[in-house]
Amino acid sequence: MKLDARIPSGDLAQKWDNYRFASKLVNPANRRKFTIIVVGTGLAGASASATLAEQGYNVKTFCIQDSPRRAHSIAAQGGINAAKNYQNDGDSVLRLFYDTIKGGDFRAREANVYRLAQVSGNIIDQCVAQGVPFAREYGGTLANRSFGGAQVSRTFYARGQTGQQLLLGAYGALSRQIHSGRVTMYNRREMMDLVVIDGRARGITARNLMNGELESHAADAVVLATGGYGNVYFLSTNAMASNVTAAWRACKHGAGFANPCFVQIHPTCIPVHGDYQSKLTLMSESLRNDGRVWVPIQKGDQRPAAAIPEAERDYYLEKKYPSFGNLVPRDVASRNAKEQCDGGKGVGSTGLAVYLDFAEAIKRDGEATILKKYGNLFQMYEKITAANPLHEPMMIYPAVHYTMGGLWVDYNLMTTIPGLFALGECNFSDHGANRLGASALMQGLADGYFIIATSIAGYIGASSLQPVAATDPAFDESRKNVADRIHRLLRNSMRGPAGKVTVDEVHKQLGRLLWDNCGMARNKAGLEAALEQLPAIRDQFWNDVYIPGNATDINQSLERAGRVADFLEFAEIMIRDALAREESCGCHLREESQTAENEAQRDDANYSHVSVWEYQGEGEPPVMHREPLVFDNVTPSQRSYK
Amino acid sequence: MSSIDLTLQIWRQKNNDSLGHLETYPLSGINTDMSFLEMLDVLNEQLTRAGKEPVAFDHDCREGICGMCGAVVNGIAHGPERETTLCQLHMRNFRSGDTLVIEPFRSRAFPIRKDLMVDRSAFDRIIQSGGYVSVNTGGTPDANTIPIPSQVAELAMDAAACIGCGACVASCPNGAAMLFTGAKISQLCLLPQGQPERRQRALAMVETMDREGFGNCTNARECEAVCPKGISIRNIARLNQEFLAASLLEG
Ligand SMILES: Cc1cc2nc3c(=O)[nH]c(=O)nc-3n(C[C@H](O)[C@H](O)[C@H](O)COP(=O)(O)OP(=O)(O)OC[C@H]3O[C@@H](n4cnc5c(N)ncnc54)[C@H](O)[C@@H]3O)c2cc1C
Ligand code: FES
Repeated sequence: MKLDARIPSGDLAQKWDNYRFASKLVNPANRRKFTIIVVGTGLAGASASATLAEQGYNVKTFCIQDSPRRAHSIAAQGGINAAKNYQNDGDSVLRLFYDTIKGGDFRAREANVYRLAQVSGNIIDQCVAQGVPFAREYGGTLANRSFGGAQVSRTFYARGQTGQQLLLGAYGALSRQIHSGRVTMYNRREMMDLVVIDGRARGITARNLMNGELESHAADAVVLATGGYGNVYFLSTNAMASNVTAAWRACKHGAGFANPCFVQIHPTCIPVHGDYQSKLTLMSESLRNDGRVWVPIQKGDQRPAAAIPEAERDYYLEKKYPSFGNLVPRDVASRNAKEQCDGGKGVGSTGLAVYLDFAEAIKRDGEATILKKYGNLFQMYEKITAANPLHEPMMIYPAVHYTMGGLWVDYNLMTTIPGLFALGECNFSDHGANRLGASALMQGLADGYFIIATSIAGYIGASSLQPVAATDPAFDESRKNVADRIHRLLRNSMRGPAGKVTVDEVHKQLGRLLWDNCGMARNKAGLEAALEQLPAIRDQFWNDVYIPGNATDINQSLERAGRVADFLEFAEIMIRDALAREESCGCHLREESQTAENEAQRDDANYSHVSVWEYQGEGEPPVMHREPLVFDNVTPSQRSYK
Repeated sequence: MSSIDLTLQIWRQKNNDSLGHLETYPLSGINTDMSFLEMLDVLNEQLTRAGKEPVAFDHDCREGICGMCGAVVNGIAHGPERETTLCQLHMRNFRSGDTLVIEPFRSRAFPIRKDLMVDRSAFDRIIQSGGYVSVNTGGTPDANTIPIPSQVAELAMDAAACIGCGACVASCPNGAAMLFTGAKISQLCLLPQGQPERRQRALAMVETMDREGFGNCTNARECEAVCPKGISIRNIARLNQEFLAASLLEG
């Protein structure tokens, strides 16, 4: 596997211009001769589909849900960053770039991050032109809020439903192209395999979830915008259908997978409350603008929050990080919550929670102001917990939320398979070892609206692609492989459920293993033990899982089983990656590598690289490659938020 | 936290061509902190272990925002709690001994796919016919060159909050999609960005709505009562105004 990041020449600020100038173009009249497959309709996939279709390509778009509008992006709450400097508080492209690189603990590629910051402003312009109802000041200009890891106010928002509004904007643009006939939309389809011909991505095999039919779709390029793999932990804030299948299939065909162990554990989620629980609910980080995090000073204090006097409360973030206070980056906030709970100061019935208190903000600004900002979040919290945050502090605890790891891509967002691109959370590109709040929406839309079209033209313009039809034998073979695998999944279920396990039972076991050993804190012994235990869980799945129903009908158990089977394989490279990176950085805390104050201790001499995993076949250990990270414009420093 | 015992009567239907029926399942020991969908998960795990087919139901975010879940519970779309999607409905709303009748969202325009799963793609086609501002990517003016008073942005946001779940259609005696369509038309007609296409949008979306087999509004207001996002029927009034004005001027 050769890793060439294809970073354009020139000064950081000139690279994107130089790249666009050097890139090949495709004549508008020729574009309709090329078919592009886009898998996924989240912010990245919907914006890419619409933009490519507007430019004249023939686009085929796929999603699992019954409508493209329901992709996981819809759930994003807090906001989207952009270096507009509308608040005149010293923001700039350079500052957004720097905050993102630093927030990622110096484990992202400078050139990509700078471009992200450069196009961030265009995203806001685009969304406003579409009619996205962002929050406004009384004078009619756009309003901003602050997010963790930044000291400027650059986050644009639409109440607590920013993801919904941005996605509906992109869905509108996509709908317009579906109406015009330039996008063919395939709902309720799951990509099961990538088809590679002569070393290039030339199509996919998809399963129609309504009748189990396996379909072949040929194209000149394939774009994966299939989101993140947080659900490998079973419990996460991701939507239920979020999965690693598409990315993992690509990996099995030779696409490198970068930094799989970089998983963001978000500090402000509603704590786990029972073993029936199917998912965790995020309380947007924007709450940390006004909420103060605390625990009782006294260990094991069982009094209700209201009965604990001010002097007996420990506002540990404000104390430890005076300049960022409650707005430290997510990895820092999560780790500190864990530390408090591990030390016996956790609150609530399980002791695995800390308080997020709005009392002071309500006293200062009044209930109405606080409700205007966070009303829907308060309501959501109350529905789930039956407690009202206006009257008592919220209880929060960290939960798996976002995956910085993903398919390795070069500057063009192309994977190591020519013609296969990865956008949005599905790639690894911009967030290093920790993503800052409100930057995923920015990246998804940057990739989809402003970057992919140039990359696709560059690729098509520079390659002489032979036409390929879905009747090519490579498609038959792919369909056969997929059918065989489905058959293998169902084969144990003929003789009924006696003595068998369900898909969810196995998934929960896998989740527990990863949460305990490859979660907020990791160490060599735990990771090695997890690696040892994994094959047994995998065997149990393949030998004992019971899946009711058949493959030719709607079968949600079978859908889940296929995704869990991939998670079980994928988990291995996550654990190996965490084991191989013997430093701490961002989200990845190796207990062996900490500063005297228990902060992540990076080891730039040995680990200033992207780890890229190459699949070697069943039963073979994967091989790790390195893309060295070069910092010409910033000097990696020990992150400090004090 | 406490636990309750329930009797569930759930609509089972193999596909759109077959007949469906209500099937009864006793379910005990349900933790009242569970969500309604988690309760269905528990039932499905039990059915699976007993070698029976689990109940098919759509869901994804489980946070009340994707609009994918939905069923009629004891005659009310999304169940008894106001402004709540089925996934956000919690079992503390029920008492031990309750019987819950759980049926799919029914409408001529929403064919049943299986059990509680329906096909709402007619909603997508309504949006495709005009529920957007026709701008291509790139070349848009700086965002602050379009000032929008805060109150207008908030009103537009009230309408834009629609999650497209279809509860409005399922609860309407006429199977109308006026609240859904009205919400999108309102959002865009309130905003300056929506002005250039205002008339043709109203005409096209209403025409698609009719073609898809949705009925007409007779002011029963059931849609507003069940809407999980509290979308007001003022949006239907706006739709009517927009449509009327467009018909007079263009027609
Ligand atoms: C609760 C929550 C709140 C968040 N809030 C914020 C926020 O305030 N700001 C921010 O910047 N970020 C936020 N994030 C992160 C952000 O929402 C996501 O990272 C981002 O939306 C991902 O977008 P995407 O387009 O890459 O993928 P997704 O939105 O996950 O879309 C994936 C798409 O791929 C499809 N798909 C997946 N697999 C297949 C397959 N095999 N076959 C066919 N289709 C497939 C799915 O159907 C879907 O359409 C939040 C995340 C969560 C969970
Ligand atoms: S599952 Fe998304 S709204 Fe209920």
